[in-house]
Amino acid sequence: MARERGSPLFEFLSRLRREKPLGALAGAIVLLMLLIGIFADFLAPYGMNDLNLPDRLTPPSGKYLLGADHLGRDVLSRIIFGARTSVIIGLSGAAVSVVVAALVGMTGYVGGKLDLFAQRVVDAWMAFPGLLVLITVMSMLGKGALQVIIVLGILGGIGNSRVARSAVMVIKETLYISAAEAIGSRGSRTIRTHVLPNLMAPLIVIFTINLGWVIVTEAALGFLGLGLPPDVATWGGMLSWEGRRYMAQAPGLAFWPGLTLSVVVWAINMFGDALRDLLDPRLKGGAGRYGGSRRAKRALRG
Amino acid sequence: MLVSQMRSYLIRRLLLVIPTLIIVTITTFAMVRLIPGDVIDKIVLQMASGAAGSAEYSVEDMRERLERELGLDVPWYVQYARWMGGVLQGDLGVSFIGKRPVIEELAARAPVTLELAFLALLVSLITALPVGIYSAIRQDTIGDYGGRTVAITFLSVPVFWMATMVVLYPSRWWGWSPSVRLLRFADDPLGNLVQFGIPALILGMYLSGIIMRMTRTMMLEVLRQDYIRTAWSKGLKERVVVVRHALKNALLPVLTVVGIQLPYLIGGAVIIEQIFSLPGIGRFMLESIADREYTLVSGINLLTATAAVLVNLVIDLSYAYADPRVRYT
Repeated sequence: MARERGSPLFEFLSRLRREKPLGALAGAIVLLMLLIGIFADFLAPYGMNDLNLPDRLTPPSGKYLLGADHLGRDVLSRIIFGARTSVIIGLSGAAVSVVVAALVGMTGYVGGKLDLFAQRVVDAWMAFPGLLVLITVMSMLGKGALQVIIVLGILGGIGNSRVARSAVMVIKETLYISAAEAIGSRGSRTIRTHVLPNLMAPLIVIFTINLGWVIVTEAALGFLGLGLPPDVATWGGMLSWEGRRYMAQAPGLAFWPGLTLSVVVWAINMFGDALRDLLDPRLKGGAGRYGGSRRAKRALRG
Repeated sequence: MLVSQMRSYLIRRLLLVIPTLIIVTITTFAMVRLIPGDVIDKIVLQMASGAAGSAEYSVEDMRERLERELGLDVPWYVQYARWMGGVLQGDLGVSFIGKRPVIEELAARAPVTLELAFLALLVSLITALPVGIYSAIRQDTIGDYGGRTVAITFLSVPVFWMATMVVLYPSRWWGWSPSVRLLRFADDPLGNLVQFGIPALILGMYLSGIIMRMTRTMMLEVLRQDYIRTAWSKGLKERVVVVRHALKNALLPVLTVVGIQLPYLIGGAVIIEQIFSLPGIGRFMLESIADREYTLVSGINLLTATAAVLVNLVIDLSYAYADPRVRYT
């Protein structure tokens, strides 16, 4: 059903638009947030920390579209700069997590004692309440963007490493790996040229899943006062520092950053879902009532 | 299934629990000691302001004496060995500042978190299962899209924002705000259910989204099996096919996912307890870390990790009773 011409990216986009209209909408929102984050300096009507004390806690108006906070800073501008923070932390954190997940997954290829040990460590991580680990580690390392990125990246990577590992286990049993080994390809070469390229689809899915998770969790950390320093605009920080303290006088301070966060994470999840459906061939098919057709069933079994 | 098979499987699984718990406790034990500052700074400060006149001890002397008293004068791994020795005898130690047994402190707060988590689990199952089933049996209809969008929305709205909004807007509009005093079920059953029910609804949202999606996926897979077609061709009603033949088979993987999400419930309880001022384990953990109460932090971690590991073990074992095809090898 796919047209044969055009670049893979173009074809992917047209399939996305045709088969997953909601996913395409979500992708557009994600892209929009990316652009807002990049061009925050040009888009924001005020600076991130422009103080206007006489205007403190003013309700939304023509001058301040979403109102001003307890220091007279424009809420809309801070949300726009918050998008930049979320973009930077989300993308870097998700990138770290993909590397971690791939590394842990690869121990499944190596197998043996290394794999057994790695899986016990993963077990232990899964038994931790993630947030408590975060709180402990963040109190240990102190506030800062780099700390948040590394900690969330490692944690999210380990959490999703099972997905990568099970994909690696499937790849390990395929004929082309046996063929590569038969012609004398070494382990490191096999991993680089055969396992990794075939691991890309699950890794992309892990990336999108963790992108949303990192952004929400960074906000949760900000909410608990453990994320970034309070002068940096973050959605979670805005919600907790000025939002909760002044919520009786100006409820918008807590409402708007949270709403933005929810919409963005919703879009990332929706987009990630569409991506997974399009990338995972096993999920295709299933026509008729209760997915009955014989052809679909045969396709499902592979 | 053979009893002996089951027993050897159980023993093997229990043995695998041990390294997991050791890694968890060692890591937190070391980590919490790496946080800058310790409890002695706090105690010394209090004592120094109390005994301002007497120059009997210098601050260094006091610190040394306290370190010995609290058992902090030896390297952390020796402390761990001592602590583990106590744990094996059922002794979790005493808190540094209050000098109260850790077990008592935990026992006072565990029921709050337990009730919260249990209600959240209940709420999420009740809301998620029907939606997930409906989504699956009416795949690719408007209802299915609606259900899936709801599930993703539940997954996306951050707990702390939702909770803040629930504390904020009802108090503005109707002057209602959650009680800051703990209402015990024995004294005020209705008040207790309201006090825990609303936070549980918020806490359960995320879990509900996950269960919806998992139920849908599993139902779709089961509904394509041959025995479902057989059930249809026998002329059974849709209700019977879906509930008795399909759901029963789809439910086990859903249970597994619920088990995996348990640590999340505990983590979410930290934030929920904070916002709704419920005196549970989560809030206690935050306070204990802030006070550098090493024994309390270790105790809480041991409790939550053990709970998570055991619940997952029980779920795995329940497969044997629900599904005779499962073999333990």
